[in-house]
Amino acid sequence: MDHQRTNWRGYVFIAPATIYLTVFAFVPMLLAAWMSLHRWHLLKAEHPFVGFANYVALAQDPFFRNTIANTVLYAAFAVPLGVITSLAVALLVTRQLRGVGIFRTLYYIPAVSSQVALSMVWIWILLPGEQGLVNFCLDRLNAWLGTGIPTDTNFLGRPGWAMAALVAMSLWVGLGPRMVIFLAGLHAIPEPLYEAAALDGCNARQRFWYITLPQLAPTTLFVIVTTTIASFQLFTPVYMMTKGGPRRTTDVVLYHIFNEAWQKFEVGMASAQSYVLFAIILLAATFQLWIMRRGLREETLQ
Amino acid sequence: MKRTLLAAIQYLLLAAIAVSTITPFVWMFFTSLHPPQAQIPTMATLFCPDGWHFENYTYVLTFAELPVWRFAVNSFLVTAGVVLFQLTLCALAAYGFARLHFRGRDTLFFVFLLTMMIPAQVLIVPLFTLVQRMGLLDTYAGLIIPYPYLSTAFGTFLLRQYFIGIPRALDDAARLDGCGDWRILWYVILPSAKPALATLAAFAFIWTWCDFYWPLLATSTTTMRTLEVGLSVFSDAYGGTRWPLQMAAAVIVLVPVLAVFLAMQRFFIRGAVVSGLKG
Repeated sequence: MDHQRTNWRGYVFIAPATIYLTVFAFVPMLLAAWMSLHRWHLLKAEHPFVGFANYVALAQDPFFRNTIANTVLYAAFAVPLGVITSLAVALLVTRQLRGVGIFRTLYYIPAVSSQVALSMVWIWILLPGEQGLVNFCLDRLNAWLGTGIPTDTNFLGRPGWAMAALVAMSLWVGLGPRMVIFLAGLHAIPEPLYEAAALDGCNARQRFWYITLPQLAPTTLFVIVTTTIASFQLFTPVYMMTKGGPRRTTDVVLYHIFNEAWQKFEVGMASAQSYVLFAIILLAATFQLWIMRRGLREETLQ
Repeated sequence: MKRTLLAAIQYLLLAAIAVSTITPFVWMFFTSLHPPQAQIPTMATLFCPDGWHFENYTYVLTFAELPVWRFAVNSFLVTAGVVLFQLTLCALAAYGFARLHFRGRDTLFFVFLLTMMIPAQVLIVPLFTLVQRMGLLDTYAGLIIPYPYLSTAFGTFLLRQYFIGIPRALDDAARLDGCGDWRILWYVILPSAKPALATLAAFAFIWTWCDFYWPLLATSTTTMRTLEVGLSVFSDAYGGTRWPLQMAAAVIVLVPVLAVFLAMQRFFIRGAVVSGLKG
């Protein structure tokens, strides 16, 4: 048939999506680069070319450096904790138990829910005094065990606690999807590997360390990279719950960009900040890929 | 004996996590039934309010200053628009990439995949200026067309993988019957690819329905807001007061997504797995 000849209809079929991606992805991306080289105020007609001045200013801006430090701090806790908790839960769920499907569904629910609604509920969870869920539980714990844990902590108003609260929320929201990806990875491990190991007298812990974990490496890498990217894009909970406070301790990059562009209307500077964020995400992802590749190679060499 | 004990511990752990997942939703629902002026209920008073106030929902839906009803209509229109628009774009492109041969096909497909690397944040500022220049701010078109999360590349990839798995014998049979590419796509490929289409539709639905950033920027008049943005405005308007009303609004936002999720959850699981395998 005509399979190997160029079929011009192919271009017709891919044209709509190609034009769409050109107009709404590639052009904006170049436009952002162009804008980042200008002093560009959204409401002013003139936007003079300033070269790399925006980037130079960013490098010296203590507030912007603070947002990067905050974002990295957030990712440094949210990524490892998120991966470990969801892997642990996946291992629990994957055992041949009746009714595990229900748990899988329940765990997934926060991930498909409205982030605004969830943030509103988390404000309640973290309220000081016995109205807040966490403090209420601490209060009951005190009454029960006679401990004296303070129950009036305003978690969202205290530096440190506010960031911890955002990390906790990310673990709660992201559990379901990460767990499902781990489950798929676990099911893909060939059963004979375990049978052979059992014949060789491996106990459960050895099977986990020498079969499950190495076999799961690609899945884990994927979860780490996607969780990292998501961590660098934290926005809605900050917007709803902390507004970057207290004392700028939760002022993360994306929230900062949002204010730069839509409160101060400095879209040129905001574009430069977006590119810095993009560069950081790219670097982090590449670094993780490189580390894992190296790890995998050494493993196969041994 | 030991096995039963292990299983019991396992169930206990799973149930504890389930409780921590569900508690906020339970609290949300029961709080929404408290008297509108009531204090924030604690876990102790949650299940015994001063009467059950279902009229909170009527109040929220008919609230004069914030037309929640209108927000809901907007959310439905925008979400339906995005799902249809993206499915059309992706299905056409996926057919081209999966079934037709043309110069530069593989390079182009690779370029498509590359766009998945672009973070939405880099795009938002220029997209805003672009949409502004086109005069699409505050319109449905402005909310539907420039969907900044590039599900187009993901969707094309997802559908292409599925289309490739459909036997070519089906195409050839249709071709012998005189079908062209358009009719093969419509009568052969799409009906066979329903699970993949449903997966993509389910994801596009949730992403659009729950999106906050883009509709927050692209709309400015109250009547064009979507539910998600309207909810935050609603929450700001009460700034930590009238929690029962705020929670009624939150429940109104959540019910449609949760319904879609529960009805289509196997497609979500499949989608998560597919996106996991591509890494």
